[in-house]
Amino acid sequence: MSDSLQELYGRTGRTITDRDAQDITRVEELSYDLKTSDVMSRDVQCLAPMDTMRAVFDLLRKHHISGAPVMENDTLVGVISQEDLMRAMADGDQHAPIQKYMTEKVITVKSYEPVVKALEIFARTKIGRLPVVDENEKLVGMITKGDITRGVLVAIRKDYQEEEIRRYRASHLFEDIISDRTSLILRYKIKPRDFTNGGQASSHIKRALLRLGASPQLARQCGIAVYEAEMNLIIHSNNGGVLRVQVEPRRILMQTSDDGPGIPDVKQALQPGWSTASELARSMGFGAGMGLVNIQRCVNKMDIESATGKGTKLFMEIHLRSDEKFKAPPESPEGPGV
Amino acid sequence: MRLSEVIQYAKGEVLNPSVFKDYEIVGGCGADLMSDVLTAAKPGAVLLTGLCNPQVVRTAEMADVRAVIFLRGKQPTPEMIELATQKNIPIISSQKGMFELCGQLYKAGLLGLEASWSDYHE
Repeated sequence: MSDSLQELYGRTGRTITDRDAQDITRVEELSYDLKTSDVMSRDVQCLAPMDTMRAVFDLLRKHHISGAPVMENDTLVGVISQEDLMRAMADGDQHAPIQKYMTEKVITVKSYEPVVKALEIFARTKIGRLPVVDENEKLVGMITKGDITRGVLVAIRKDYQEEEIRRYRASHLFEDIISDRTSLILRYKIKPRDFTNGGQASSHIKRALLRLGASPQLARQCGIAVYEAEMNLIIHSNNGGVLRVQVEPRRILMQTSDDGPGIPDVKQALQPGWSTASELARSMGFGAGMGLVNIQRCVNKMDIESATGKGTKLFMEIHLRSDEKFKAPPESPEGPGV
Repeated sequence: MRLSEVIQYAKGEVLNPSVFKDYEIVGGCGADLMSDVLTAAKPGAVLLTGLCNPQVVRTAEMADVRAVIFLRGKQPTPEMIELATQKNIPIISSQKGMFELCGQLYKAGLLGLEASWSDYHE
């Protein structure tokens, strides 16, 4: 990274790379995705206010838990914990009713709230377990840090399973099919001036590459190149054109072709800032004369063949780095357990 | 900075709450030119833009933008909101101007996730 970039990102003394920027962990996302009701334990051991502290001792020991909600006529009136029990024991007060030692101001979490909400309460209050209530404040479960850890681990395994199965199947294409040269060809027809759907083909291509096991960086690089190329067809071509992507184990070839109007001076078209785009294209945020330059930046090789009145062919080629390959998501060798 | 904090600074409204997640936002990018976003924005950035059309959402998807804030009170169409929802990109509408919100977020410690064109010339 150049000095100026370092300066740009270095305000906190840290260099942010593409990889860092993408590295928002799955666990963090899951803490927002998962609801407390997804991970809580539903089999709740309850006590009544008039039960004795001795009963608390027996219950906690029997179920290996560290606390329990106290219920009176289906209403949550308190919680009793190991610590409360120790206080009672220290007082030699094991026959006292629970209500003497329980915490009455109960902090609860809603069953439809994300797990992160419970984590925040755990961090703020140092409480170890929380009653989970539904929208009518009715007790539906208990949640502990352990429940959350378990829930996240389970979710990581099955989360996005469908997408991973697809990815898994697709990503074996290049390993399972043996030939001297395997390639997968994707073709898309692009309509002229179709700004509403512009980018749809590129979106499909990016997703296909991810499913084939391309790294996010590679998929992004190809996505940006084909998107600029797709927008060029939409903006400039007389009758639209074809976007063709050929995926091979070591490289990706992308190509657009149209039947006019053709570029009179290719060298000029490659100048940053040169553009013949319409007002409409400009109003869409394009036509600043950066499209081809941007494509050049994303690909290893770019060629343009163009003749006025005949049409334009744009060739783009991205090589996979020697340490890079299409690979299946990290899973067991048998594939995801379905 | 959390996305919810960014939204507080923007005094913004999330238009597709179903895909809202309180992501950690690593940096920001302010642009009206989509080619600039495609070139300069790094993955994971929040995009601040005064441009309001479907291509903004497409661009955000291609560039792995985490969330988009439409500035100056611009209102995306229902089709745009639908597309962003499909692509799992939270979109936010804010009355603030580009200069003001970029400045506030930067001052609050959000990094710029924009690179200069010249850095790409080999």
